[in-house]
Amino acid sequence: MENESGALSRVSGLFSARGYNIESLTVAPTEDATLSRMTIVTSGSDSVIEQIIKQLNKLIDVVRVLDLNDGKHIERELMLVKVKATNKYRDEMKRISDIFRARIIDVSDNTFTIELTGSASKLDAYLDSLDSDSIIETVRTGASGIGRGDRILKVQ
Amino acid sequence: MKPEIITGAEIVIRSLQKESVDFVFGYPGGAVLNIYDAIFNQKHFKHVLVRHEQAAVHAADAFSRSSGKVGVALVTSGPGATNAVTGIATAYMDSVPMVIISGQVPTHAIGEDAFQECDTVGITRPCVKHNFLIKDVKKIASTMKKAFYLASSGRPGPVLVDIPKDITAEKTEFIYPDKINLRSYTPVSKGHTGQIKKALELLLNAKKPMIYSGGGVVLGDASNALQKIVNALGFPITNTLMGLGGFPASDEKFLGMLGMHGTYEANMAMQDCDVLFAVGARFDDRVIGNPDHFLSKPRKIIHVDIDPASISKRVKIDVPIVGDVKSVLEDMYLIYNEFNEKHDKNNITSWMEQIKEWSKKDCMAYKDDESVIKPQRVIQTLHKVTKGDAFVTSDVGQHQMWAAQYYPFEKPRRWINSGGLGTMGVGLPYAMGCQLAFPELQVACVTGEASIQMCIQELSTCKQFHLPVKIINLNNRYMGMVRQWQEFFYGNRYAESYMDALPDFVKLAESYGHIGMKIEKPSEIEPALKEAFSPKLKERLVFMDFITDQSENVFPMVPNGKGLSEMILAEDDQ
Ligand SMILES: Cc1ncc(C[n+]2csc(CCOP(=O)(O)OP(=O)(O)O)c2C)c(N)n1
Repeated sequence: MENESGALSRVSGLFSARGYNIESLTVAPTEDATLSRMTIVTSGSDSVIEQIIKQLNKLIDVVRVLDLNDGKHIERELMLVKVKATNKYRDEMKRISDIFRARIIDVSDNTFTIELTGSASKLDAYLDSLDSDSIIETVRTGASGIGRGDRILKVQ
Repeated sequence: MKPEIITGAEIVIRSLQKESVDFVFGYPGGAVLNIYDAIFNQKHFKHVLVRHEQAAVHAADAFSRSSGKVGVALVTSGPGATNAVTGIATAYMDSVPMVIISGQVPTHAIGEDAFQECDTVGITRPCVKHNFLIKDVKKIASTMKKAFYLASSGRPGPVLVDIPKDITAEKTEFIYPDKINLRSYTPVSKGHTGQIKKALELLLNAKKPMIYSGGGVVLGDASNALQKIVNALGFPITNTLMGLGGFPASDEKFLGMLGMHGTYEANMAMQDCDVLFAVGARFDDRVIGNPDHFLSKPRKIIHVDIDPASISKRVKIDVPIVGDVKSVLEDMYLIYNEFNEKHDKNNITSWMEQIKEWSKKDCMAYKDDESVIKPQRVIQTLHKVTKGDAFVTSDVGQHQMWAAQYYPFEKPRRWINSGGLGTMGVGLPYAMGCQLAFPELQVACVTGEASIQMCIQELSTCKQFHLPVKIINLNNRYMGMVRQWQEFFYGNRYAESYMDALPDFVKLAESYGHIGMKIEKPSEIEPALKEAFSPKLKERLVFMDFITDQSENVFPMVPNGKGLSEMILAEDDQ
């Protein structure tokens, strides 16, 4: 969509006004500074999804809408987790993080801060595998998506 | 030639001039004083000073509905803008092309809770097609161009331009673009030929076809194109409340309005048809009743609409055609002529018999009375006296339905009402907008004693601008439509729906410098209307206060949540 002030609130306003779900929404400028790209994760029946796409297309600032689920695509989300890393947990944390290819990016006497990228389900699985008492704080970005191979979303 | 260097306020005015604007409806205030100062020095358009910003937007809206041009309103920041919101939402729901200019506090004060500051762009965002906050004087001209283009193209709608006061004082070169190109906005106009052929094939093979047209035909100036194809097909047709006049009511193929207060034959045919051809209509809840009930009958549906989002929104469509209705109907007519030999008009003989049978119900009959005025009779007499050729505006309530039912419209853009938002108070400002657009033609405002009081202050505007509208107040001393629902669905508990402490409307009209009449006997209806519309009173606003039957109800009625064929008829009400 056009990188205009207020464009984001037009999109989020549309979802709340029409009662559509938003599970996550990410947005940032693209390589073309006049455009920003948004990935929205939503859910609904086929007819609801069809309406969401039509209503988004109707917004003047929206240049193109693509349903990534219509074809092969890749989805990634970034999560930062702060966990307890006291004696008892320290090795265990490292081991699980290795399995998930998570990276420990900050260390203190009592905590690790861990970075993990992947699909939402991978992030969920990682959290599930931790002892819930050990989790101090989590922050997730919501998914960003892109088509596989030649499947591109670009404005000519 | 070097472009002139002028102020932002002057750029606003010059842009309006470039867009050939004739009237600006507005109300001044601090944030727009620079713009008003620029208005003081120009002669290109007339500024109509209303008495409340809501009325400015309604009047501009009706100016547009009646003339087809873009309506323009100008309001100040804060309360000026919030007062305008009802008008903007009303225009948005009925897809009326408008540009609303609002003043804003100076850019440096935005966000500081400055005097008369409000987030106008935020408040109006859900009820405009688009809006802009201009932060650079260099952008005023191009934004104005965009606003007019967006308002009037594609599915039309109101566009708001919010301009901070300091921006209107700054100076820059005035360069008005000839054309605007928006990569993110490319409305389609031509319909897909393959889809149009598919639609015709369905229609020509239909045994029980039905055509249903809405406000899109009126707004899209597609009435002639519609008549051509409907006459060629010879199929029955109904109009929505917003579509009235899109097809001439006197044509024998016309079954009357459909929907909650539609005719028996239109609703039955809509429910029972095997192929439904929807043109510029949106399957509104007031039109098809309960969607599950509507869909319980199998039928194929063809839907022509400029807005892809209107298609398959409430009802699944078999043959969607996205495009400008006029262009699609014209294409369809050409294609029809290519293979019309395939059209066997006997296909629908028994269907037409069935419709005739339904029409025998005579669902619009009402019991006239010699002692008390029946509202239906007033509207029928209005039709007779104005020879069916007046602009009729209405407010919202029973009187609106009676006007729609008993004033058959032959032409589009003659019936002006708030169908989507259902805004009480529009009637009088709507009449003002029509009268300014067509100073020589008759304008009747059909209203109720509750609705008229929501913008009654505009009697003053009418005096100042010599607007000789005729007000037909169907005074039943009730919020009649509310009372009717309470009678049917709330066990006659008339909570707060009576109108107590009513003013003497005759004296009220007179105090504003107009003519007032009180009409209490059925025998006085025609003489009163004749006098009001006589050449003698051509220059005068006449307020006619008709004291009508308090207990009259609107029939037929599809109760909320019921199916289209589950109407309550007048005969059931005995
Ligand atoms: C601004 C607004 N407020 C409330 C309503 C709800 N409403 C619909 S019809 C109606 C009563 C209208 O009464 P009146 O104008 O006297 O017309 P009548 O139905 O009696 O003909 C009301 C209150 C509305 N449509 N608009």
